[in-house]
Amino acid sequence: MQLRTEVSSLNGWTVVSVYGELDVASAPELRERLIELVTGGAHLLILDLEGLDFLDSTGLGAIISALKRARTNGGDLRLVCTQSRIRRLFEITALDKAFPLFPSLDAATQE
Amino acid sequence: MAVVALEIPARPAYLSLVRLIVDAAVGSLAPGLGGARLDDLKLAVTEACSNAIEAHQSAWADEPIVVRCELDDRHVTVEVADRGGGFDPGEVSTLPAATDPMRLRYESGLGIPLMRTLTDETIFVPGSDGTTVRLTVYRADTT
Repeated sequence: MQLRTEVSSLNGWTVVSVYGELDVASAPELRERLIELVTGGAHLLILDLEGLDFLDSTGLGAIISALKRARTNGGDLRLVCTQSRIRRLFEITALDKAFPLFPSLDAATQE
Repeated sequence: MAVVALEIPARPAYLSLVRLIVDAAVGSLAPGLGGARLDDLKLAVTEACSNAIEAHQSAWADEPIVVRCELDDRHVTVEVADRGGGFDPGEVSTLPAATDPMRLRYESGLGIPLMRTLTDETIFVPGSDGTTVRLTVYRADTT
């Protein structure tokens, strides 16, 4: 299954909705897409992971890379994630401390 | 004990197929494992295969990676065997705490800790011609 992304805007944030499987086969593609967005001026990013079917450590690496770039540019990256199997990976790696996980797009843009 | 084995080219595009095979093998031969444990096992196997693919890139790109599942009424073990140059899992560096700003300097290095957390047993067996990782989870009704 390939990775698919959709980009939209909400309350001044650029929302990247991710669908499919994020592993070593697809992480480079997402990493490049996010770098392209930050370089293009989108410094407030939300990754919507609700359509994600699988996430591994390489995918986490791509997300860390985007967070660093956003913060370097004075922005931020937030995650929307309610799926327990995806949240579990952030919790096991303690990366939920670095990435606040929000239950919805509205919650991510309002806090 | 049932055994399901496959060889895959050392390329990321085949990871999805490995997850499908593990899913189907466990679903039909060890259905008691449970959904969350199966998700954990598939993630651990993906991490092992990703490391194996990386190990093959320098000189063994044409050599296959062997994935072998052993299933019985007590456990599921998945072996991932590569023919790469080998490594010492004890030398993998510890990552800074997630709350440490330095943590964000590291975009990799989570694979081996994840395998150990997600399985009941993770064993690295170095050999003369590569490394085999054995990932074991015990079925819920036997622990």
